[in-house]
Amino acid sequence: MKSAGRLSRAMLYVACFAVTLVVLVPLYIAVTGGAKSMGQLLSQPLGIPAPFEVSQYSDLLLGKVGTYWRALGNSTLVAALSVIIELFVCAAAAFALARLRFRLNATLYNYFLMGLLFPLAVSILPLYLQIRGLGLLDRYWGVILPQVAFQIPLQVLLMRGFFKAIPKELEDASYIDGYGPLGFFWFMVVPLSTPILATSGVLTLVVSWNNFFLPLLVFNSNAKFTLPMGVMDFMGEHMTGWNLILGYLTLAMIPAVLMFIFAQKYVVAGLTGGAVKG
Amino acid sequence: MKTDTRAAAFPTLLLLLGPAVILFTMLVVVPVVQAAIYSLYRWNGMGPLTAFRGVQNFITLARDLTFQKALWHNVLIVMVSLGIEIPLALGLALIFGRSDFPLAVFFRTFFFLPYVLSEVITGVLWQFIYHPQYGLVKAIVTFFSPAAPSPVLLGNPRITLWVIMIVIVWKYFGFHMTILIAGLQDIPEELREAARIDGASNPQINRWVTIPLLRPTLLISVFFSIIGSFQVFDVVWAMGKGDPVNAAETMVTYLYKFGIQRLNIGLGSAVAVTIFAVCLVFSVFYRRTLMREER
Repeated sequence: MKSAGRLSRAMLYVACFAVTLVVLVPLYIAVTGGAKSMGQLLSQPLGIPAPFEVSQYSDLLLGKVGTYWRALGNSTLVAALSVIIELFVCAAAAFALARLRFRLNATLYNYFLMGLLFPLAVSILPLYLQIRGLGLLDRYWGVILPQVAFQIPLQVLLMRGFFKAIPKELEDASYIDGYGPLGFFWFMVVPLSTPILATSGVLTLVVSWNNFFLPLLVFNSNAKFTLPMGVMDFMGEHMTGWNLILGYLTLAMIPAVLMFIFAQKYVVAGLTGGAVKG
Repeated sequence: MKTDTRAAAFPTLLLLLGPAVILFTMLVVVPVVQAAIYSLYRWNGMGPLTAFRGVQNFITLARDLTFQKALWHNVLIVMVSLGIEIPLALGLALIFGRSDFPLAVFFRTFFFLPYVLSEVITGVLWQFIYHPQYGLVKAIVTFFSPAAPSPVLLGNPRITLWVIMIVIVWKYFGFHMTILIAGLQDIPEELREAARIDGASNPQINRWVTIPLLRPTLLISVFFSIIGSFQVFDVVWAMGKGDPVNAAETMVTYLYKFGIQRLNIGLGSAVAVTIFAVCLVFSVFYRRTLMREER
């Protein structure tokens, strides 16, 4: 009995160690690779950079090579606007579907849910033509608006469920206080719903931050490139400068990793909860 | 008063629902319908839609060796997801789902990290790891046998797809593990305890108690993994755009190459419709048969 326990404990540690290594080593290689010279990359692929070559990171950060800050700014702008718009649009729609009575309620809800069946790839060609037709090619809105539109089904589903659970008594109280539906929504539902709004916002943020397919279609000029596109573009330009590419990769990873560390709870809840309930 | 919702005035509804309905209709529904229509034409995206071809685009696709290859690659990705990724995630979930292990929470979170990185960043990073001169794989090979030639991984069409699949597993196992752990936590500890008192060993408990009870969650995990596998694009694109010689072509990279790069909107839309049909048929079948049993 005891030895079985000890054995499984040992297996546990072996498993932890092995998987940690597999996850960690690629990240370690990127971070250290960015601080190595090309010669070091070749001669000490796994070692800690000695001497530590800061020139790649400093060149990237000072904008001497590549366009890291611009790509970071673009990613931030696109993600921030997507999150804000998504929250407003979806919360409003979900509130109406959850708490208001009108004839087409069920129909509209099903209409939105239908969207869960359509991945972006299915409609990408007409979407491309549509974006072109609206004059949004190579504009931030050309990425932001479709991104938000594709978030609607899942987010409305998640938020509607949450809004429905808000007690009826609160609604009555707010109507007695003289609020209409909009007042109830803004002063009661929204403040009470911060967990779901945070989860939903983080989900949109991650989707936007990592989106590649849509920006690839919409953005032509480097000035608009978001981080994933920046990475691809940078790699194309510095084919052989792998230490620079790894430096750029590391810098591109940092915001996502930081966000993950600081908003872990919401990130995990948003990404898995979204999947499970969808 | 039995209604639990309020009757609402039209302007209020318009304000609340208008933006969502407009965005969703214009940017999701209309394009999907258009894709279905365009798939029946020969069209380069300019001028009027005149060259009606019926199902000709689909016949062209069905006969195109590259598309057949792409479809087959998607099927292989599905099989690897089911055969390797999910079992790995399940194994780890069974290990790390146990709350008695102090660092379990830390590891759970840590294994989720690759899922948060973008596929492009992941792809480029692994392109370096596979690099024949500088890569980690090369370093490992040289360590064990210094005279061995440089391993060619992404550049060798016979294995390109397989080495990309390693990256896919690397990126997604933590996601599935997290979903499965969430499911595990809904299983009452008393059931495992009861089995233990009856003399069952840990593997037996897992096999006969935990995994059967985890079935609903497993089905969800499998579902997402399959649907995701049919839509793989970014990671493949970042690791060589489906080349060399279409060795890692998937349906979506094919769609991009023909639809966007060569502006053959008709054929591209036919690919889109095919992807949609495959996913739809699969999800209807899956929900009807496997997931229905759970209700």
